[in-house]
Amino acid sequence: MNRVNSVSSGPLLEVEDLTVSFPGRRGELRAVNGVSYSLYPQQTLAIVGESGSGKTVSCRALMGLLPQAAVVTGSARFVGAELLGLTDDQMRRHRGTNLAMVFQDPSRSLNPTMKVGNQIAEAVRVHRDVTKAQAREQAVELLRLVHIPVPGRRFHEYPHQLSGGMRQRIMIAIALACRPKLLIADEATTALDVTTQAQIMDLLLELRAELGMTLMLISHDLGLARSCADEVIVMYAGQIVEQAPTPQLFTRVRMPYTEALFEAIPQLERPAHSPLPVIGGRPPDLSALPAGCSFAPRCRRAADDCRTAAPPLAEHEPGHRWACWHPCGNGDPN
Amino acid sequence: MDTPLLEVRGLVQEFVARDYGGVKGGVVHAVSGVSFSVWPGETLGIVGETGSGKSTLARSVLQAPRPKAGTITFRGADLTTLRGKDLLQARRHLQMVFQDPFSSLDPKWRVRDLVAEPLIAYRVGDRAARRHRVDQVLELVGLDPAAHGSRRPRELSGGQAQRVAIARALAIEPAMIICDEPVSSLDVLIQAQVLNLFERLRAELRLSYLFIAHDLALVKQVSDRVAVMYLGKLCEVGPGEEVYRQPLHPYTQALLDSVPGAANAKAATTIRGEPPSPVHPPSGCRFRTRCPRAAQRCADEEPVMRELPAGNTAGHSVACHFPLVPAADSPARSEEKIGETPR
Repeated sequence: MNRVNSVSSGPLLEVEDLTVSFPGRRGELRAVNGVSYSLYPQQTLAIVGESGSGKTVSCRALMGLLPQAAVVTGSARFVGAELLGLTDDQMRRHRGTNLAMVFQDPSRSLNPTMKVGNQIAEAVRVHRDVTKAQAREQAVELLRLVHIPVPGRRFHEYPHQLSGGMRQRIMIAIALACRPKLLIADEATTALDVTTQAQIMDLLLELRAELGMTLMLISHDLGLARSCADEVIVMYAGQIVEQAPTPQLFTRVRMPYTEALFEAIPQLERPAHSPLPVIGGRPPDLSALPAGCSFAPRCRRAADDCRTAAPPLAEHEPGHRWACWHPCGNGDPN
Repeated sequence: MDTPLLEVRGLVQEFVARDYGGVKGGVVHAVSGVSFSVWPGETLGIVGETGSGKSTLARSVLQAPRPKAGTITFRGADLTTLRGKDLLQARRHLQMVFQDPFSSLDPKWRVRDLVAEPLIAYRVGDRAARRHRVDQVLELVGLDPAAHGSRRPRELSGGQAQRVAIARALAIEPAMIICDEPVSSLDVLIQAQVLNLFERLRAELRLSYLFIAHDLALVKQVSDRVAVMYLGKLCEVGPGEEVYRQPLHPYTQALLDSVPGAANAKAATTIRGEPPSPVHPPSGCRFRTRCPRAAQRCADEEPVMRELPAGNTAGHSVACHFPLVPAADSPARSEEKIGETPR
């Protein structure tokens, strides 16, 4: 949607055939299986999926934050520069200034024995050549940027003295220390209450506009994706199964899995006690993926061809990609 | 249907907060005078944010720990006055399902033993009868006794483990189940399966639920009536449809507006700030510090829960001086005046 600049500047991030696998006792476990997408400057992209769908692993791969055992192949270019296969030193130059990440649980990501202000100042000093005093000044400025009241006093507090919402604001301040071009929020509001979640999302969207950032939201919450993102990617069993601009995805869903996800969420508009449409089964074992479409065993529309050949992810309509032989909507299941 | 199954009156639960070195740091007013009833076969949903006291409320109903004040009448007996064996027998028909099945089920036990434990504790039947009952409830919750009976919790998926926890609660044929965030640790597709299971069991066994969750849409899905809790007090109670269609308390409205992706989201009217500390709750109405409609009266006088006949249905009550739909006898303001007040 926000592709105004894209014509001139091209994609900010180009991921091509990203595959992440972990060696395991029962064979290789494919957490991410051939993921490709492009992210344009100032876009807000949401990656949605259930646990184990590979959404977090695919983003951690970009940041170089996977354990040593992970085997990462494919390519991810950030404004033309390859991110995969970099050494720690080379990666460090990208982190903070180009890409930054906000994690789910702020209480586990912050150092409990260190004042929050110093944690922000530390992030500033790691990436910029500034004196301690300057770093401190910038930290207070960052606290103000994330709307923490009385930043001068909060600077000297420890994480346990802050509420969950405040801690998440601190995490965002740390991520913003070097004004990254791309901010990845990995379930950044999942641990928070609805009212706090709304506040944090407002803040992220406001900062995106103010600082001209690109935002990548990783979430299991389709409602959140709907209200905040321009574009949504749906992942299942390590693969992208559908991608579309938000309004299009929510009005013309094509992939049966996405449809099942929509229907299974309790909606305020639904009458009480109405049974939720559910699909049986569980996501496939990632170390023994089925031959055809990985969703076929649970799919209502599955036919014989689904079990033999995996449908490719292709752009069937402008901007709308899906991987399905028998999509929902007007496509007839033959 | 003439007497409620569970009647809670003026429930108070407080804890002493300790500072460094165990110095008494103040009293946490976790639940402050909560009253509600649950009728046979009914589901009462309780929504609230973290720290609103909804889990404490659930545990206080079960007398674990005992509440500081109030009465809890379950099937005609006041649980707060019962001791020992009498309490154990009274509680038999009141079971609980917790949020995380992996931490509420003993990891070293097999599914069959986990489900049989309450039967043994209450000395129900002989070994063969218990075995039969275990098979029965496992099938009831959609598990195969032959395939899953001898597994341990870690060999189950989250949804299966939660089914075991539900089977365990059902084994001794309770009249009511208290569910504290029973599906919030599950993925959406599994969550829908478990929610449908709750609905089916309710219909088949005529169960009552006290269903506690933070997700408004989820609570609406399973509840007949919904109570909204904020900082240890109920702000609004009413039939589910009514509460969501025409909320009366500003906090309920704020909660509804915060739901991401809701079709009727009324722009960005999120409430600011954070809930005050339950150690020093605000005077008067506890929501007044964040309320866009707060006036002097809200600080001076605590609003009492009263039924508003403004709605179409009976039984919709609110604890607010300036509800979103004014009462017929509303003394202070009219709707127009409220519209003018600056935020």
